[in-house]
Amino acid sequence: MNKLKILAFGAAIAFTATALPAQQVLAETFVFTAIPDENEARLRERFDKVAAYLTKTLGVETKYIPVKSYAAAVTAFRNNQVQLGWFGGLSGVRARHLVPGSEAIAQGFEDQAFETYFIAHASTGLKPSAEFPAEIEGKTFTFGSKGSTSGRLMPEYYVRQYFKSAPNSIFTKVGFSGNHSKTIALVQSGAYQVGAVNFKVWENEIKTGKIDPAKISVVWKTPPYPDYQWTIRGDVEKRWKPGFKAKVREALLNMKDPDLLASFPRKSFIPASNSDYKPILDVAKLIDLIN
Amino acid sequence: MSSPQAPPHVLSTKVRRTYSPVVKTSLAFVGVAAVCLFFADISITTLDPWSELGRMAQGVVTPDFSVLGGIGMIIVQTIAFALCGVALGAVGGFLLAQVFHIGPVRWTCAAVRAIHELFWALIFLQMLGLTPLTGVLAIAIPYAGICAKVYAETLEEAELPALVALPYGTGVISGFFFARLPDVWVHIKNYTSYRFECGLRSSAVLGFVGLPTLGFYLETAFGEGNYSEAAALLIIFYILIATLRFWMRPKLVGLYVLVAPFLLGGGAAIEMSNITRFLTVDIVPAPLRNGSLTTSDTWSNLADWAGMLFFDQALPGMAATFLLTQIALVATGILALALFPLISKKFFGRVPRLIGHVFLVVLRSTPEFILAYIFLQLWGPSMLPAIVALSLHNGAIIGHLVGRFSDEVRLRPDSPRGLNLYGYEILPRIYGQFLAFLFYRWEVIMRETAILGILGIATLGFFVDSALADIRLDRVMFLIAIMVIFNVAVDALSRHIRSRLRLSTRTGQA
Repeated sequence: MNKLKILAFGAAIAFTATALPAQQVLAETFVFTAIPDENEARLRERFDKVAAYLTKTLGVETKYIPVKSYAAAVTAFRNNQVQLGWFGGLSGVRARHLVPGSEAIAQGFEDQAFETYFIAHASTGLKPSAEFPAEIEGKTFTFGSKGSTSGRLMPEYYVRQYFKSAPNSIFTKVGFSGNHSKTIALVQSGAYQVGAVNFKVWENEIKTGKIDPAKISVVWKTPPYPDYQWTIRGDVEKRWKPGFKAKVREALLNMKDPDLLASFPRKSFIPASNSDYKPILDVAKLIDLIN
Repeated sequence: MSSPQAPPHVLSTKVRRTYSPVVKTSLAFVGVAAVCLFFADISITTLDPWSELGRMAQGVVTPDFSVLGGIGMIIVQTIAFALCGVALGAVGGFLLAQVFHIGPVRWTCAAVRAIHELFWALIFLQMLGLTPLTGVLAIAIPYAGICAKVYAETLEEAELPALVALPYGTGVISGFFFARLPDVWVHIKNYTSYRFECGLRSSAVLGFVGLPTLGFYLETAFGEGNYSEAAALLIIFYILIATLRFWMRPKLVGLYVLVAPFLLGGGAAIEMSNITRFLTVDIVPAPLRNGSLTTSDTWSNLADWAGMLFFDQALPGMAATFLLTQIALVATGILALALFPLISKKFFGRVPRLIGHVFLVVLRSTPEFILAYIFLQLWGPSMLPAIVALSLHNGAIIGHLVGRFSDEVRLRPDSPRGLNLYGYEILPRIYGQFLAFLFYRWEVIMRETAILGILGIATLGFFVDSALADIRLDRVMFLIAIMVIFNVAVDALSRHIRSRLRLSTRTGQA
């Protein structure tokens, strides 16, 4: 029964060894994450650059860790495994709700007035309109990720506001594509007839030629709402030094490297506060996505 | 068979055909699936899938291995998570098997294996964060539950002559190691090695929630429509699974398990406060958490909360889960019966069998959500892509097991060939085993219906996933509890049917 012993011994070691590295607290590395709203390779490239910039500017070792979902980003922030997050409107509201003392410190210039585009396959015959497109009733519809502001919260809000009823009873099918790029791909192929997508991702995919205008087009643009922002935990002051939060904010606002800004893509970063996101919080409560 | 002396009128009487219980059960399941199909939405609404499918096909023929810097490390970590998880699960399961006759142990095992590895991982993510321990436990815990059950059943069925032959006064432990265990050791070993293949798939899939295994990169590549890279990752994964028996040598297992824990990579620090908060605050139903326990309002809020979850989510979720599961189960069975000859020595020579093996490895190792996405493009959103994805994946797994089993069937020298061999010899003789595999897979298929949110099919798992996205962990736990009850019920039903039909569980390793 030697094998059994070896196996048992191995398993015991496996257990202790997996528990061990967890004990070594990563010195005082300042860690941040971002919601995975699009192309992850691009996110990594972008945020590794941001990490290098922050390390240099703050004089504190800064690291980016990628996560797989909006909820995972919020959870990592809540569990203090990251101290700074590049969140969407809804995920930011959730993060600050779960971590008392945390604060929105900066947003992209464009995030003051973000938009969701409703897009439709050409076969639906839907034309661009300034009014809410009532004809989407009875079509198949895909949101983006369940936790997305532009791909879920705001489009659901406007659908409910217009029809006075939940998306499930308005559309014949309601899917969650997972991210904005997939939403575009699914509507372009006609798998879903209509979808809701982040306008920045749409513009970007137009630029990179992934969109065939003969097959898919924007039929409606939502009114503007506040979206992405940097949110920081309140206890960073204690963990690093008093004034650390202000230093981080300053570093973010002073990010001028056009290459870095283009990777977001944002024109610049401007100050933000928790109260800027009151509209998002209200909408989230209204459609019961937050308690 | 009438005897020669039988009076002529007996021969001429129309004999009423009777079906064996096995056939009756099979027909009953097909009937249920047919009824379910009637209620299920399987409409096809396609417009022009071909450009996206064309891009995928192009990706498959032009796999791009160059961009995969550090692919070696990805594979090593995928294997390491599988090894640690399965080793812990097997040892835990082996110990639990010894006390499996105790009711609460049996129930706990049934409960833990009723939860999909992905959901275990998501639960541990809340407590432990993105740490290696999260991944290892997500595999080890459900696997311990599964192994405990299979080991216990195997030990129970052990032939007892050896035990009887032991001299009077032999201790229980000696008896166990010298008589009982040797008899079943080869089965336990085979089962555990099969479990390891499952562990590799689980490990890869854990990447979808952020652990550093193959699924992490696969999900990225696939999600971005980077199909050449996705194809390269999948091909590597196929090779890993297909060559398993060459590198997973029994002699090396101990060594592998010793080294694996050091290859899991680092992670964030584990904070006790996060674990405490999860257990004492997060999972407490919101009305209890926010209200005072002494006011009646709190309790009526709690009733509303539970009622809303049950009637708006759990009940419709269970209905969708049931429909999808029953249809996919029968489709899985039909596919498995069609696929197994591809790898059976009874039907094909070496080269066609090799092709058959490659085909089955591809089908069973491609994650269901990728299959579902491909069929979603083809047919539009409905239950159809889900049914086909689930049955291809599971049909290939059972086809593989049945194919291997059919090799052991001994034939007469004058046995028929081709279709006659299939219909009159092999099929009747493997059918019981096939059903045993299929019934084992029943609850697995049910668990897998959880991950098809992209299709907008609101199964129980879909609602769990939504609650997780909202970080409403109290709802998560409530829905998971219902999922567990549902799964355990199916498991009990499956056990009941198997024992009534006397289907052997010994090799039932699906």
